[in-house]
Amino acid sequence: MTMDRQDVSARIIALIEPFNKKEVAITDATRFTDDLEFDSLTVMDFVAAIEDEFDIIISMNQQAEIENFGQLVDAVMKLQG
Amino acid sequence: MISENQTAEHADLFSKFDPLIKMRSDLLSTGVTDPFGLVMERVISPTVAMCNGRETILLGTYNYMGMTFDPDVIAAGKQALDDFGSGTTGSRVLNGTYSPHKAVEQALCDFYDMKHAMVFSTGYQANLGIISTIAGKGDYIVLDIDSHASIWDGCKMGDAEVVPFKHNDIEAMEKRLRRIPEGAGKLVVLEGVYSMLGDIAPLKEMIAVAKKYGAMVLVDEAHSMGFIGPNGRGVAEEQGVLDDVDFVIGTFSKSVGTVGGFCVSNHPKFEVMRLVCRPYVFTASLPPSVVATACTSIRKLMDAGEKRAHLWENSKTLHKGLTDAGFQLGTTEPQSAIISVIMPDLERGAAMWEALLHEGLYVNLARPPATPANMTLLRCSLCAEHSAEQVQQIIGMFTRAGEAVNILG
Repeated sequence: MTMDRQDVSARIIALIEPFNKKEVAITDATRFTDDLEFDSLTVMDFVAAIEDEFDIIISMNQQAEIENFGQLVDAVMKLQG
Repeated sequence: MISENQTAEHADLFSKFDPLIKMRSDLLSTGVTDPFGLVMERVISPTVAMCNGRETILLGTYNYMGMTFDPDVIAAGKQALDDFGSGTTGSRVLNGTYSPHKAVEQALCDFYDMKHAMVFSTGYQANLGIISTIAGKGDYIVLDIDSHASIWDGCKMGDAEVVPFKHNDIEAMEKRLRRIPEGAGKLVVLEGVYSMLGDIAPLKEMIAVAKKYGAMVLVDEAHSMGFIGPNGRGVAEEQGVLDDVDFVIGTFSKSVGTVGGFCVSNHPKFEVMRLVCRPYVFTASLPPSVVATACTSIRKLMDAGEKRAHLWENSKTLHKGLTDAGFQLGTTEPQSAIISVIMPDLERGAAMWEALLHEGLYVNLARPPATPANMTLLRCSLCAEHSAEQVQQIIGMFTRAGEAVNILG
């Protein structure tokens, strides 16, 4: 099953919402640590939510490569196959 | 081009530590004693030492079974010093294997009733070496998010994909195992006792899930050896699943009472580890006196049922006493020899730690990043040599200190 980028993007934005305390506007360039101020505990919960939503694994090795929203959408698209 | 008599401006590699340096200086500027600078001038017994000229009850060591001053243990160490000298000056695979090294590995095989035992120079190196070596490129390590630093460092040193799951969450672990691509090698890494809150893992359920998905299982039993389980083999033995554990990691620096680490296993090819595990090969072996004390201690721990029973009594009494006094603890029931007292913040945690020291009690102050959920903890670890009277004394000290620093209402 392939999904278009816009659909994946919208689903991830919905998952960010509960963690986006300052209601930062999300673009491809939005960074999780610097802009959204995710700490390590938030990252764990957020990654678990993405993994459950798309039924994928994002290993820590892969997480290390993902800094911003656009990269996450790309990674999820790729992991979905 | 920079001329030879000019120095280029450089970025200070230490600036990354500035936040920690500030946190520490802020804490010390309140006038509190440095909680990470304690020196014991004299050690009187497994449970008492002289600190700052004051006789202090030790409630923050890992000396669970009180073996450090056991006369047989000390005699074995002295004999080995006389017979084999002060050190081996070499790797286990070259000139660093003496008969006491083989003897302690046999003692471990007998203690755990397993076929193979491999001794490392520290417990940290045991996790580092085994995890980084057995899980390679394309394999997956599924581990509890609250795992010890040595487990995380073992993951980081290897080439496997690392997938953490929420602490003790069986469902979260299963979901991750289910999603791993077919055919990939899988290693599940768990601990018997988690040392920060003193809680235990539901190993029976978790290992059953791991096996269902064809994963190998490694359990770190550092904080349970000697104490938990009918024969002191740990939480996996207590829950009746030790036969399903592929690798048990342990240490000599807690119940055994000296230093060193190990892995025991029934894997038929286990001995190859001695050739391929770099933290085993590329370091000097333990001094003969250390392995001789460990060997004697391990054999005595096999037959320490009464001490185990007394340590459980101590744990239950302290847990109830501190709960009744109004402290918030890491577990609602005592699950191990660790009773963790949750502090409202680092400042009051440090003040409480100091007040206890003035009462004549040493506990561990644990703070982020070592602690889960950014908690500040006063970690109490009991010893089988603490008397019932000492435990009552400890409860009194906690109550007075808690009132003095306004942690108790």
